[in-house]
Amino acid sequence: MSFDSSLLLAGPYHTMLVAGLVLTLQLTAATLVFALPLAIAVALLRLAPVAPLRWAGAGFVEAIRNVPLLAHMLFWYFGAPELLPEALKERLYAGNIEAISAVCALTLYTAAFMAEDVRSGIRAIPAVQMEAGRALGLGFLATMRLVILPQALRVTVPPLISQTLNLWKNTSIATVIGVAELMYQAAKVESATFRSVEAFAFATASYLSVSLAITAAAALYHRRFPVRTL
Amino acid sequence: MTVLQLVDTYWLYFLVGQYPNGPLGGLVLTLLLAALALALALPFGLLLGIARVSPYRAVRWPVSALVFVVRGTPLLMVVFWAYFFLPTVTGKKTDQFSTMLIALVVFDGAYLAEIVRAGIFGLGRGQMEAARSIGFSYAQAMRRVILPQALRHMLPSLVNQFVSTIKETSLGYIIGLTEVSFVASQINVQVFTMPAQVYAVLALTYFILCFGLSRFAFWLEARGRRRAAPGRAAARGIPT
Repeated sequence: MSFDSSLLLAGPYHTMLVAGLVLTLQLTAATLVFALPLAIAVALLRLAPVAPLRWAGAGFVEAIRNVPLLAHMLFWYFGAPELLPEALKERLYAGNIEAISAVCALTLYTAAFMAEDVRSGIRAIPAVQMEAGRALGLGFLATMRLVILPQALRVTVPPLISQTLNLWKNTSIATVIGVAELMYQAAKVESATFRSVEAFAFATASYLSVSLAITAAAALYHRRFPVRTL
Repeated sequence: MTVLQLVDTYWLYFLVGQYPNGPLGGLVLTLLLAALALALALPFGLLLGIARVSPYRAVRWPVSALVFVVRGTPLLMVVFWAYFFLPTVTGKKTDQFSTMLIALVVFDGAYLAEIVRAGIFGLGRGQMEAARSIGFSYAQAMRRVILPQALRHMLPSLVNQFVSTIKETSLGYIIGLTEVSFVASQINVQVFTMPAQVYAVLALTYFILCFGLSRFAFWLEARGRRRAAPGRAAARGIPT
């Protein structure tokens, strides 16, 4: 059986695979939109001047990071909706519940890892910066926003880009709860045509090229904005 | 049915699957798979890591390409390739355990290779040049000078890698391997009325295991730092 590229270039299987790729990109984008602010909030919690807030932040990060993403997916798809009130549940099941559950799981999982990167970025800024900001009369949050975060971001962006790469690859796990993303479509095309090499080659090439683009973005950022040392 | 009754009814199935009346499964299978995968991935990763810094292009380039491809694709992709192509290579159907084991060894090997490579690069060229100039061959210099230094601080990151591997074994669920996530969903089907509780217990199990191990890694790291502190080294007469 030789490699049949016509399958990938046109026809119904081409449409399925491309639809899968688009959904995978959408999952990544939607997760990023929710995960970034959540990560910053959790990082600030972990650095808060009040101990119970710090514990809450650390609890969130450890509880999420030490459970595999697959278990998160199973919980948010099979488990969590059952806990909701009946009316809300019906509305959820009427909509695209698979994708919503996947974005929930991916957002929490990605945010927990990103929060640690943001936190170490903030900690890389010397404590005197915070003290100077406070001495000028700025509050804790104002100092964070105007003094610390603008400096911390430069240190934080490269690890955040590499977390985005992980997120891109992690979307594949959404296939277990039946989200019709790239991996799901590749497996479907494979079982419909028995053209395993073609279907998986398409998926692998897609994953690789986006991974390459993300890696290139990280390298570019590193060159444009080298970390300044004080 | 309460959570306690749930645990009371299914704990043995959760731990070992159908064993001894059927194949081993559950949490024990998860741990066995993770341990075996890491044990095999270590020598494989070490080899790949050394090949990545090899002076010969013919060795360096294909291995670099392999590492790049594996790191750029999801683990699930590697599992699928293994699942569909091992049978065509070996000529007979590969069971889920071996499929998952091979996928994990390749995947973790590629990641460990980068850790080894970073460790070797972190030493600087002077170490290799000094070793070569006192008459060691390349292989001898690697074995006696470079690797012992590059691998010295690897123990904590190995424990962390074990945590990642335990989390990765959960993908066995997708190809029907009866590890702990798969067993949990079997229990969910049997109980039917309490999915949130079943999966919460599954998550809690992973959490206790992985959190405990990562605390252990943290402790190892702190101990390593204390031992490497200049005060202690000087007390033992080691020049710093």
